[in-house]
Amino acid sequence: MTYDLTFAKEVYKNSEEGHWIKMCMQCGVCAGSCPLGFLGAWKYSPRQIFQMVRAGLRDEVLTSSDMWMCTSCYNCIVRCPRNLPITHIIHGLARYASVQGKADPKQPTHQFAKDIFWENIVATGRVGEAALTMKLYFKDGIGEGIKQGLEMKDSALGMLKAKRLKPLPFRGKIKGYPGFKAMLNKAFELENKKEGKA
Amino acid sequence: MKEYSFFPGCSSEHNASAANMETSVRSLCKMLAIQLNEIEDWNCCGASIGYAGGGVIPRLSLSARNFALSKQQQGDKDLVATCAACWLSMRETSERLAHEPEVKAKVNLALKEGGLTYDGGIKTRHLVEVLIEDVGWDTMKAKVTKPLSGLKAAGYVGCQTNRPFGVAGDSFENPQYLDRMIALTGATAIPFAKKVACCGGALMFSEQEKSCQLTRDIIQCAVDGGADCIVTPCPVCQLNLEVYQGKINQLFGTSFNIPILYYSQLMVLSYGGSWTDAALHQQVVPADVMKKFV
Ligand code: SF4
Ligand code: SF4
Ligand code: SF4
Ligand code: SF4
Repeated sequence: MTYDLTFAKEVYKNSEEGHWIKMCMQCGVCAGSCPLGFLGAWKYSPRQIFQMVRAGLRDEVLTSSDMWMCTSCYNCIVRCPRNLPITHIIHGLARYASVQGKADPKQPTHQFAKDIFWENIVATGRVGEAALTMKLYFKDGIGEGIKQGLEMKDSALGMLKAKRLKPLPFRGKIKGYPGFKAMLNKAFELENKKEGKA
Repeated sequence: MKEYSFFPGCSSEHNASAANMETSVRSLCKMLAIQLNEIEDWNCCGASIGYAGGGVIPRLSLSARNFALSKQQQGDKDLVATCAACWLSMRETSERLAHEPEVKAKVNLALKEGGLTYDGGIKTRHLVEVLIEDVGWDTMKAKVTKPLSGLKAAGYVGCQTNRPFGVAGDSFENPQYLDRMIALTGATAIPFAKKVACCGGALMFSEQEKSCQLTRDIIQCAVDGGADCIVTPCPVCQLNLEVYQGKINQLFGTSFNIPILYYSQLMVLSYGGSWTDAALHQQVVPADVMKKFV
């Protein structure tokens, strides 16, 4: 295999903690640590992803569903003999794939984390669990939403009964919301410069 | 009275999924003379999956805003969290602000737009650390008036209260603090091989069947070990293990019906607190096994 370092350099520069990939010695400890790896959810393990970055396989890496299978369990981080911040490298690559428009917008974790969870925070300053759940159910349309809602109705009823879910009204904005929003706008302006978007 | 600044997190809001943790923690703190002053107008910390929408600077700004507010309102008091995900993202943010001047400068540019600034200096801690380090094992134990004798509990630490930062200098692969907390209430912590296994975390929402396989294995391990209940410090673990038991039973033909409790609920009961002080009326899987202790 010929090594084309163009993509690796791009990742080292633009992707969160990406420069650490240089340090990976391919031992595979991380690969043996991913909870969903054992269930076959990852096609390529973190170890393989890192080698693919160094091999210049830009499309294969950025379109991969694998980075989105990270549960943020931090097993790999505490075990890596080279002390790579693997969890954050994987998160960084997932984010970078999203920013570059390479990640499938319908990839379930991508969609949930970015369009539902994050947008829920941005909308009010806090996560409103009821609104979050509704959006999650109805992301694929009303029919699918009702089906999903019915499937989970026993758990939802259990939570309602236990007073651990409040369907209505959805929570309002935090008091300092205008300042909160201004902060995020500025933060994104700075972030976009770094990610090479703006 | 020991005083701390407090970040409850979204799941501990009134009528939210960890309302039972919030109530039992409040009771516990009262019993141990710990005063938690909630930061006024806090915002969500972004949790671990905030990376997808938030990248670096927007994500870290979230906790930084809470630090700035905490400093304004509470001075240099330590900032305490009860949720594993909140604690983790706060710790991560404070470490990155402390060690990466460029990140700190950018975060402050963002904070300034909201009329705030943060120069560092606040220590972020998990309530469990406060209990162990500031209250101490002896005091915690001395408060027990109604030991939970005969109760067999599987201590489920999970991931984020354990990795990557750890509690009380414990090891990542076999931490002891939760078993010790269970034992001080008079209950027995059973040997539990899935103690630090991952429950799937936020992927329970997006990869439900796969995450249910993880939680099935965790619950099965506790049941096989003869546990009456599973005890955890983490609201994500609690939710994932408790609320999806019906789904797991349906997917895998199991018949789980095991209560998933917080360490704080056990402690409150053993200190002579009531059923409602311990928020045991707010369980989805009823905690009948605990009734004999009130
Ligand atoms: S554990 Fe560390 S060094 Fe080993 S393959 Fe994974 S990232 Fe590379
Ligand atoms: S943090 Fe992510 S990459 Fe690391 S072991 Fe866990 S799931 Fe795998
Ligand atoms: S991690 Fe969860 S509980 Fe903590 S503040 Fe954020 S959404 Fe809320
Ligand atoms: S055990 Fe539960 S809370 Fe811990 S990361 Fe795995 S998912 Fe998170």
